[in-house]
Amino acid sequence: MRKPDKHTIACILFAAGAAAVGLMTDDAYYLQVLIFIGINTLLALSLNLLMGYAGQISLGHAAFYGIGAYTTAVLSATYGFSPWLALPAAIVMAMAVAYIVGRPTLRLTGYYLGMGTLGFGMIVSIVFREWHSVTGGASGFVGIPPLEIAGFAFDTDRSYYFLVWAVVLFFFLLSRRIIDSRVGRALRAIHDGEHAASAMGIDTARMKLHIFILSATMASLAGFLYAHQVYFISPETFGFMASIKIVTMVVIGGMASIWGSLFGATLLTILPEWLHAFADYEMMVYGLILMLVMIFLPQGLTRGIIDLYESSRKKHDQ
Amino acid sequence: MTSDNTILDIETASISFGGVRALIDINFSLAPGSITGLIGPNGAGKTTLFNLVTGIIPPDSGRILFMGQPIGKKPVHELVRMGIARTFQNVELFSSMSVLENVQVGMHTRTSCGIFGSALRTPGIVREENRSLEKAAQLLEFVGLGEHAKRRSADLPLGWQRLLELARAMASEPQLLLLDEPAAGLNTNETDMLGDLIESIRGRGVTVLLVEHDMALTMKLCDRIIVLDRGRLIADGPPRSVQDDEAVMAAYLGKPRNDAKT
Repeated sequence: MRKPDKHTIACILFAAGAAAVGLMTDDAYYLQVLIFIGINTLLALSLNLLMGYAGQISLGHAAFYGIGAYTTAVLSATYGFSPWLALPAAIVMAMAVAYIVGRPTLRLTGYYLGMGTLGFGMIVSIVFREWHSVTGGASGFVGIPPLEIAGFAFDTDRSYYFLVWAVVLFFFLLSRRIIDSRVGRALRAIHDGEHAASAMGIDTARMKLHIFILSATMASLAGFLYAHQVYFISPETFGFMASIKIVTMVVIGGMASIWGSLFGATLLTILPEWLHAFADYEMMVYGLILMLVMIFLPQGLTRGIIDLYESSRKKHDQ
Repeated sequence: MTSDNTILDIETASISFGGVRALIDINFSLAPGSITGLIGPNGAGKTTLFNLVTGIIPPDSGRILFMGQPIGKKPVHELVRMGIARTFQNVELFSSMSVLENVQVGMHTRTSCGIFGSALRTPGIVREENRSLEKAAQLLEFVGLGEHAKRRSADLPLGWQRLLELARAMASEPQLLLLDEPAAGLNTNETDMLGDLIESIRGRGVTVLLVEHDMALTMKLCDRIIVLDRGRLIADGPPRSVQDDEAVMAAYLGKPRNDAKT
């Protein structure tokens, strides 16, 4: 038996902490905020795998989030399928769309994926808004059923909290495994130097496509969880601003950092709750935060705070 | 020109960039286990030749065979799988990764774990990963960087970075190794060590083709020297004969040439 590594221990502590918070929090509002933090963490983590590790930017990630949400909404509410049948459909849908968008753009080096996904995100958001007969149009889609397993319904905030955070934990473990493997090394190599990576025998187009598909799948799963939590979805949740918000979570939390995704998602979920009075200026506040982080803590807040702490401790020791 | 006793055959390869003829009718073959130096003044076409052999650009005409197989328009990563590895003139390590991980990336074509494999971490995948760790550690010992496995590659001094690039290239188990100015920026001591290392790489059965400006090293190390000048092959032979070749002297010292046609 190998000694459990640092990340496994961190995950166990994190699971215990999340469980304790879930059991001790009675307030429905707080539980809901915590659920949204979980869903946003999954989104941020999905983009961080792509952007932070492989160095490929997606400016349309909210579209995959929306594809997950609308696929399950239409299948489970309109057609009455079980959400557990809608889930694989939502995942396959996201994978297929990611393949179609990623295949041509990821063969090229540079920011083609960024441009491709930007356009793609806008198209998807227009489809959600204009395809009234299926999506309910701009007024939104109502009547999404709660999730149920063998007679147990995830219809309370507490049960849903545990479901969402179990999924998040699962992907924390999965992401770490991928990052520490041959695949993860290839992705980081592409980030550090695509030219050198292919000279090491890495099929860079293929690797980038694989991680993009995984990333889209995770975002779609987040959309699935979102839809069955709020029972009502509307197009603006999945628009361009939402995509930028996911990018902001990754940059603030820290690129190439699993725990940074948690941190970035937490901050950007709580901030709008605090800044209700400034709702009109929300995007400006994000823009400002993004600029400040890029200038002063380019590695993200998580890394930046750790560095500050370490350098102050060193000074203290001297 | 049989491919039984050659590992690389370049057959009348030519390439031009926007009217500038970078390589003109280049012909030569490499014998397995040989060390060949490729020299010539700046702009002679050495780097272009490297780019042809590693598949970065295809020739306009002529062809290149590796172990008897035409490399055609095979992508770069496919040629690595076939057994061609290289190092870079301006060291191109993966700077965010550790020394050990850099070597492991070099093993990419000799391992197979995919995205599902890495997530499931089956016993087979764990075994593969352990083998790769072990082999990477051995290669680091081989180039003398064993103690620095955990350091970030960007933190190493330049000389060690060049050694790390060698270990990383060797990790792909190449038949043919192309070294682009391996001694650039190294001091005399380091250059001597590098020479010994290249010699022992040959000892492992690897054919070496190197571009190098350090003449002392090139003359000592190489069995054969090929000289390029303005896209043409102007001399090819053992170090001693190339050294005394008139065309080579002319190319390097800028003397007027007697026969302008070669």
